[in-house]
Amino acid sequence: VIALALLSLAAQAVRISVPYGLAAVGGVCSERTGVVNIALEGILLLGAFFAVIGTHYTGSPWVGVAAAMGGGLAAAALHALATVTLKADQIVSGLAINIMAFGATRAGLRVLFQSASNSPRIPAPAVPLLPVALLLILAVLVVLWRTGLGLALRAAGEHPEAAHSAGFSVARLRWLGVLASGALGGLGGAWLAFQQHSFSDQMSGGRGYIALAAMIVGKWHPLGAAAACLLFGAAETAQIRLQGAGAPTQILQALPFVLTILVLVLWVGRSVAPAAVGRPYDPEQEG
Amino acid sequence: VRPVALWAARAAPVAAALAAALLLSVIFALALGVAPAELLALVTDRFGAYAWGQVLYKATFLIFTGLAVALAFAGGLFNIGAEGQAVVGSLACALVGIAGAGLPGVVLLPLAIVGGILGGGLWGLIPGALKARWGTHEVINTIMLNFIALALSNFLIARVLGLPETVRTAEIGAGAVLPRLDGLLPGMRGAAVNLSLLLALAGAAAAHVFLYRTRAGLELRAVGLGRRQAWMLGVDPAGRTRLAFFLAGGAAGLVGTNFVLGYKHYYEDGFSGGIGFLGIAVALLARNRPLMVVPAALLFGVLSQAGLLVNTALPRELVDILTGAILLVFIAGERWSQRWVRRRVASAAAGRGA
Repeated sequence: VIALALLSLAAQAVRISVPYGLAAVGGVCSERTGVVNIALEGILLLGAFFAVIGTHYTGSPWVGVAAAMGGGLAAAALHALATVTLKADQIVSGLAINIMAFGATRAGLRVLFQSASNSPRIPAPAVPLLPVALLLILAVLVVLWRTGLGLALRAAGEHPEAAHSAGFSVARLRWLGVLASGALGGLGGAWLAFQQHSFSDQMSGGRGYIALAAMIVGKWHPLGAAAACLLFGAAETAQIRLQGAGAPTQILQALPFVLTILVLVLWVGRSVAPAAVGRPYDPEQEG
Repeated sequence: VRPVALWAARAAPVAAALAAALLLSVIFALALGVAPAELLALVTDRFGAYAWGQVLYKATFLIFTGLAVALAFAGGLFNIGAEGQAVVGSLACALVGIAGAGLPGVVLLPLAIVGGILGGGLWGLIPGALKARWGTHEVINTIMLNFIALALSNFLIARVLGLPETVRTAEIGAGAVLPRLDGLLPGMRGAAVNLSLLLALAGAAAAHVFLYRTRAGLELRAVGLGRRQAWMLGVDPAGRTRLAFFLAGGAAGLVGTNFVLGYKHYYEDGFSGGIGFLGIAVALLARNRPLMVVPAALLFGVLSQAGLLVNTALPRELVDILTGAILLVFIAGERWSQRWVRRRVASAAAGRGA
């Protein structure tokens, strides 16, 4: 019986970790090519919103998943346009997109569902999302570390001048990395929405930011990031279980955020960011 | 390069951002079946003295949070935590105001103001100290501390300080109340603008003096240009990082003077609603100049009030999309105008050489 209980606890933790994991691996894609992606928070939120819209209006969770990835891609494209093509500050662009995602989903709730807080319920998905998510994480690992394209992508984040000299377009590589993070983050958002069977205002609840911390702890590596996400998933599981046991909700709510700060302090010096992350590639300015 | 050209290069990003916001508003209006002229009328018809009073009230918040972002930015530090600092500062403000309820105003009011500065400042000092001691990134830490501050406020109001069946505290002592300024104009009666507006203006002036007229401010700006280089010049980057975050948090903590001391006379959970994030927009548009924070805060105050006025026709949350768009266009425009100036200067220098 204890084994069964532990198993159910572990299963819950894994389920909760998935959106973190997808967003964190999305963060790896983006940051390895040199673009900080704070917008993952907004991408998760938009993904959840579009998953509900797609599912609600067609009755098909598959359409919902596609819409979620589309929403994530759209937000990521905006981020890439601002930071890669127009070379604007990456953190500010990400924050701006988060503010927009927050307003857009709220306005969308009011216009489409006449509610300030919730969408109608959507049916439980018949989509095997867990294997898809795991496959995608593995795919990122293989592409980034086992292919020539992956080498070029990582060069764009470590040493863009070298990627440029090797004949690659740094802008294209970075666009690709950011778009990948949008698709993964959008899927993560869809998972959140399917898990709760509806969209609720601000439902991303900081998961996009925590995922970035998990990415740092995971040393900008898909497997490391995924493993770190299990830690945050476990923390959230503990929070839910303790809440059920009557501990003060409000204190427990702060748990994942406190954990994030502590873990980042513990990981100082063990984790090194891609060398060119955060720096727009501007040959004119370098020369 | 002629001064007119430089001036135009500085004005262009702001103009482009506002034009983008206008264009988006027209698109939203058309998409939701509202005539743009009708939308404009909704705003202009009702933008009287009362609305301006509300704008000044909102701008007061944004001056404080804008300064909180700009002060940290001067040291090259991203303060995304103004929201949490404002929450903790306002709580502290209210706690002092309640605890000292019997004290006369000359004592209690300064105490409550200092309480707000200390509450916000100490909360701000956390990411500053983490950055100074271990180098952990202030962006993630300040975001996390926002969530923690909101949870803390939630807990304290629900379990410790809140009046039953409400999400607010008891009232502060009469001595801590800052008077309303709604008697300023005849039609302004009832508007929430209060004396903390003057405190905000004084804060902007003080931040300007600090950054540009004191040694500590100069050192902070040196750290902002390059931590290593500043260290080689004998500046202590860790110490200046802590100072910057304390002052930034203190500025955000003064939000309590506007909300608690000037308007509600109690603390209410969940009052902050994004003022920290708007402070980032304010500071950026002000190019981190404390004195320019004031007009930038007014601009976003007007935008937010306009959103409220059109709420019958369009969801006011669309203002958030406009805010994001203004930010994106502005920062992209800044890059363009900087490149343009660089090219002009280079070609002018080349021309002189030949």
